[in-house]
Amino acid sequence: MPLIELHDLSKTYNTAAVPVQAVKNVSLQIEKQEFTAIVGPSGSGKTTLLNLIGGLDKPTGGSIFVEGKDIATLKANDLIDFRLHHIGFVFQAYNLIPVFTAKENVEFIMLLQGVSRAKREQRALELLESVGLGDKVNSFPPQLSGGQQQRVAVARALASRPSFVLADEPTANLDSHTAGALLDMMAQLNREYGMTFIFSTHDPRVIKRARRVVTLEDGAVKSDVRQNEGKRET
Amino acid sequence: MYLTLSWRNLWRNKKRTLIAAASVFLAVLVAVVMRSMQIGSYAYMISSSVKFYTGYMQVQGNGYWENRSLNNSIMLDEKQQAEIAKIPHVTSVVPRLEAFSLVSFGKVTKVAQVTGVDPLVENNMTELKKRLVQGSYLTENPEGVLIAQGLADLLHVSVGDSVVLYGQGYHGVIAAAMLPVSGIVKFPIARMNNAMVFLTLTNAQDIFSTDGRITSLAVMLDDVRNQTAVFNALSSLVGDKYTLMTWEEMMPDLVQGIALDNASGLIMLIILYIVIAFGVFGTVMMMTTERAKEFGVLISVGMKRKRLIWVTTLETVFLAFLGAISGAAVSLAVITYFHYHPIPITGSAAPVFELLGVRPIFYFSTDPGLLINQALVVLLITLTTALYPLFFIKRLQPVQAMHG
Ligand SMILES: Nc1ncnc2c1ncn2[C@@H]1O[C@H](COP(=O)(O)OP(=O)(O)OP(=O)(O)O)[C@@H](O)[C@H]1O
Ligand SMILES: [Mg+2]
Repeated sequence: MPLIELHDLSKTYNTAAVPVQAVKNVSLQIEKQEFTAIVGPSGSGKTTLLNLIGGLDKPTGGSIFVEGKDIATLKANDLIDFRLHHIGFVFQAYNLIPVFTAKENVEFIMLLQGVSRAKREQRALELLESVGLGDKVNSFPPQLSGGQQQRVAVARALASRPSFVLADEPTANLDSHTAGALLDMMAQLNREYGMTFIFSTHDPRVIKRARRVVTLEDGAVKSDVRQNEGKRET
Repeated sequence: MYLTLSWRNLWRNKKRTLIAAASVFLAVLVAVVMRSMQIGSYAYMISSSVKFYTGYMQVQGNGYWENRSLNNSIMLDEKQQAEIAKIPHVTSVVPRLEAFSLVSFGKVTKVAQVTGVDPLVENNMTELKKRLVQGSYLTENPEGVLIAQGLADLLHVSVGDSVVLYGQGYHGVIAAAMLPVSGIVKFPIARMNNAMVFLTLTNAQDIFSTDGRITSLAVMLDDVRNQTAVFNALSSLVGDKYTLMTWEEMMPDLVQGIALDNASGLIMLIILYIVIAFGVFGTVMMMTTERAKEFGVLISVGMKRKRLIWVTTLETVFLAFLGAISGAAVSLAVITYFHYHPIPITGSAAPVFELLGVRPIFYFSTDPGLLINQALVVLLITLTTALYPLFFIKRLQPVQAMHG
């Protein structure tokens, strides 16, 4: 069973004068442990697609199965719980609670899951260590660089032990070098823990690191290629 | 962790939070001090007015207040009076026999309100002795009468002269007596100064043939706050055999004056509440809207709206309590201070008070209920502003919020 199955997925926005079909009949399967980039020009529907997969937006056509479950059947509150337990999110910005330290930010998601305090603290420290922020656990987001903040966001996304991580342009606010480093770190987590990542990006240096690249154009899948198979990055 | 989150969120913008908390603080302070002064002054006005003559309430014969006839006089012996005096919060009971009669001296005759009093008890309540401008009090001269200064002037009578009382006694019996004037008393109110004649109760009962009867028993209390309790106790004691008149019924002008002043005070309070409500609302609104993106992220990653609402509500609760509790604490200190160090009234108002025999002073009430009420009202007003983040978060669409 694939981790994620999209069947003929469509999303049309009727808010504007002319309806905008942001996602057009996308059918896609994503397996566990994939490291997939969704790419395409601005307005091609990357964010919309990720939001649909993440249950943040409702499709106007087609269906989404996550681990065999049709997420359209979930009620609003169950959908929030579903996100909490199954999906790790990394957004472009505003990921972190500014009044919480790095550690508290990572812990918070586990608090929402009802994890005990001792386990939360331990896991938060481990995760921050594994994203290379072992020395910044007590720093507040404003004291961290953009790249460091995104690392905390990745650590938080992993903290809930999700089935997969969705990251919409996680590197958009980072310089190219930092973006590369963040991606290397994500790739490492993918290899070491088998964590599935689906991320969108414009950045060629980021695209280079993906193992599968799904290209969108005007909301439709234009190409779907695998790369770096078996390749070991440094 | 939720508490920590709320608490830290509150201090994201220290200055703004402090200003909002300070406005809640000031609202409580101003409201409490203002109300304390008003309520304290009313209590003082009431206590000095009732002390002047009527008492907080009176036991009277049924129908006496309307027709003022000796035929509506009542029999309340010492045992019954003692029983009333035993009611908690009653400080004294003052029996009187009031009768209207003619007073003559030489060729002049006037109508007077002749009042038989127990000299000691009466003096304890109304300080009648202090009103003496000439002569001696009834304790030294139980056979004589005290005449109000205005009336004495009209009659051209002075201490040592004898006046003739002539009127109707109980059940139409003729009442007549010639009594020496032992003292002249002065009242600040013309209506009384031109009409009052005092003599001992036993003397009056003799002259008006009422034999042990009185027309009223004035009741004094420790505090106007206990009036209802005493009224109820007294009602069940006298039943419908007698009528209970409260100072409100006997002095409707005073009630009206207080009501009018109170209403203007309440309007001020309401304006204050509204100003504060908008001030705090503005802060809470800013604290909410500026975090729309953050809320969007939190709901996206799996935080239920209910929990998020809980966090924002806590922020308002902290803000409200911070202001209200510090406000209440400082108010308590302020009103306690002024309670013991009252502010003297100066300027043109002062002589008016003195004329009425009232010390020209702003009195402050330390009634804890007042403090608690005002603090609670301000607290509740502040807490209602938490409805804003509640509806904001309920309606928040995370995707739009994050990209908006
Ligand atoms: N809430 C919305 N209401 C109306 N139209 C929308 C909405 N969100 C997106 N769209 C439209 O849908 C299309 C796809 O947008 P989307 O944000 O998914 O593109 P994208 O590939 O993420 O672009 P970018 O690279 O700029 O982030 C665009 O034409 C956009 O204008
Ligand atoms: Mg996008």
